[in-house]
Amino acid sequence: MTDLSQDRAPIYEALERFRRMRVVPFDVPGHKHGRGNPELVELLGSRCVGIDVNSMKPLDNLCHPISVIRESEELAAQAFGAAHAFLMVGGTTSCVQSMILSVCKRGDKIILPRNVHRSAINALVLCGAKPVYVNPEVDTELGISLGMKLNQVKKAIEENPDAVAVFVNNPTYYGICSDLKSIVQIAHGAGMKVLADEAHGTHFYFGDNLPICAMKAGADMSSVSMHKSGGSLTQSSFLLINNAEDEGYVRQIINLTQTTSASYLLLSSLDISRRNLALRGKEEFARVTELADYARDEINKIGGYTAFGREIVNGESIFDFDVTKLSVHTLNIGLAGIEVYDILRDEYDIQIEFGDLGNCLAYLSIGDRKQDVERLVSAFAEVKRRFSKGRAGMLTQEYIPPKVVLTPQASFYADKEELELDKTVGRVCTEFVMCYPPGIPILAPGEEITPDIIDYIKYAKEKGCSMTGPEDPRIEKLNVIAGTIY
Amino acid sequence: MEMDMWFSDEHTPDVSLRIRIDKQLFSGESEYQRIDVLDSREFGKILVVDGDLMITEKDEFIYHEMMTHVPMAVHPAVRRVLVIGGGDGGVVRELIKYDEIESIDCVEIDPLLIKVCAKYLPELACSLNDDRVSVIIEDGLKFIRSRSDEYDLIIIDSPNPFGAGEGLFTKEFYGNCYNALHEDGIMINQHESPFYQEEAFQCQRMHKRILDSFPISRIYQAHIPSYPSGHWLFGFASKKYHPIDDLNDAEWKMKGIRTRYYLPRIHKGVFALPAYVEELVKDVE
Repeated sequence: MTDLSQDRAPIYEALERFRRMRVVPFDVPGHKHGRGNPELVELLGSRCVGIDVNSMKPLDNLCHPISVIRESEELAAQAFGAAHAFLMVGGTTSCVQSMILSVCKRGDKIILPRNVHRSAINALVLCGAKPVYVNPEVDTELGISLGMKLNQVKKAIEENPDAVAVFVNNPTYYGICSDLKSIVQIAHGAGMKVLADEAHGTHFYFGDNLPICAMKAGADMSSVSMHKSGGSLTQSSFLLINNAEDEGYVRQIINLTQTTSASYLLLSSLDISRRNLALRGKEEFARVTELADYARDEINKIGGYTAFGREIVNGESIFDFDVTKLSVHTLNIGLAGIEVYDILRDEYDIQIEFGDLGNCLAYLSIGDRKQDVERLVSAFAEVKRRFSKGRAGMLTQEYIPPKVVLTPQASFYADKEELELDKTVGRVCTEFVMCYPPGIPILAPGEEITPDIIDYIKYAKEKGCSMTGPEDPRIEKLNVIAGTIY
Repeated sequence: MEMDMWFSDEHTPDVSLRIRIDKQLFSGESEYQRIDVLDSREFGKILVVDGDLMITEKDEFIYHEMMTHVPMAVHPAVRRVLVIGGGDGGVVRELIKYDEIESIDCVEIDPLLIKVCAKYLPELACSLNDDRVSVIIEDGLKFIRSRSDEYDLIIIDSPNPFGAGEGLFTKEFYGNCYNALHEDGIMINQHESPFYQEEAFQCQRMHKRILDSFPISRIYQAHIPSYPSGHWLFGFASKKYHPIDDLNDAEWKMKGIRTRYYLPRIHKGVFALPAYVEELVKDVE
């Protein structure tokens, strides 16, 4: 372990030394500190393009780190309370895939909630593992998928003793946490690993009065989106592990798909953001929590909206709640969440994180100011005054339990045919369908298409959800397994 | 002895106005902004916020009179007024000249600004001590959110669209103001200058946003020497009264209010815009 302190940033410091050396570049990248691409310098600035450099001895190499990147990883491990931390430059998607590829092989079973991010199911397409879904509870009032109940996880483990791992969202996009600590105990008791998707939980490692983080709960691996609540550049993340002896193998798995030309912009942003959170995270997230509480109170005062908070915790499917998440239930003003999301952007120049059928979510972070929160709240008041209508005819987000027929891999690579949406009922889908964001699949490869799913897709399209996944960009057709109807 | 000390107010990245400064009277930083008071031979005392010139003793009367007397000469019965921003007291100083006004709520976000103006610009700020005036320290956007059908006149005395007052240039704010006015209420805002490109763009955006909320939205102008380009615009947004057709000039004259810039005679003229400004405005109508 490093004896450096958390106020150091080894990659950043190495880049500063490198800048002062005024090294003449006869290596890639070919823009040569921006000189070959003045328009890029105009856009990004010379400081930025000046550190867009290749791996070299003084700057280490992400594929096999031995100096400054190694030190940066060790400092991150220390800050997050992990045995080791990997700097990742392919987004949290690459973390999630590396976690799954590290523990699953073809034919292995993995237990996971159905409301996982697409990256988890994509990993199953890559490795050929079989998903065992635990259906999340649904809050019928709010219309959101919740966490996994402990006894459901227990049941899944008992029914699938040959499963190799349990995958847990900590928290979900809406900030909802399962009882991670107990899940770890049960899973480890059954000889299974626990993988945590903490794409929305970076701040759990630093703030007070927030849900427990995966490393502290004893999970084996965790994917942390430093670029979401942690403040680093988009696409940069940490993969954390709790057992030091796994490091070599996990590194090999990461190197299967990770670039060999990792961006130093991303790496140094991880370094600096880790330092910031280690030194100031506690106060920063206390401020974010205060802002979120304030916004919730003010939005609830408007009437009609429900900005929900910790009061929804029920000890089971909502074991804990992340109070920095500002989710607003909109159906009682007669608008879908996605409609409020669109109005806020088109009419008020306010971009929020996402909207679905019943809710929308504004992402608050260390970069927010009180005056911007005032704008958000006032815009909510205006949306209600100008656009609210009766609730009649509004659908809530219903959770549709999937009928898994084939593994994601078998169906993804199967012979397929393209059919009109209406003609696909009863067939097995070979692709994903999801609203993005949040990127949680309505259909995944290998699942049977039901009339409920078709209705849902049509309604979501009509309300203006941005649907992605299928080859047909307009989602009028879907790919299904050819020939035999399963 | 004269010092060779100059304050430079950047109007665009390529244009600035330089004023010789005799003394710096105050410099301080609040939670929201940096505030300076300078003293100059030509413009008298100058209030500077975040490095930008806000008002000068010499020409503030033009701005404050035009923000106030134009709507007061149109609306036949103003009783309750809301001033947002305006912690310097300039707008309120003009308002308290009217006996028929019963109450003035002055909402200012920054208590330091009020304190500094009370000390260094007392001839403006002492108006805030009038019995009818309530000073409320709050974000204007937050204050207005919960008000409905309460005011005859709202005057938005906001600095510029990029600083602490950013929220006072938004569509949600204008919508909230509409909702806070009586059914015949008027809203006045400072509307930037049409001359330089960046301000002209802000000007258009503002006009578009106000039009989305108010059935009547017209722009008028004044010449303010210390402001960028000297050519300054104001917005007159109204639920019922037309700024010229409903002008009560005879009644206004009867009140005997003393002004140095505003006159009912120029009231009709200031709504006649130069062709290029008219075009700018038409573009978004």
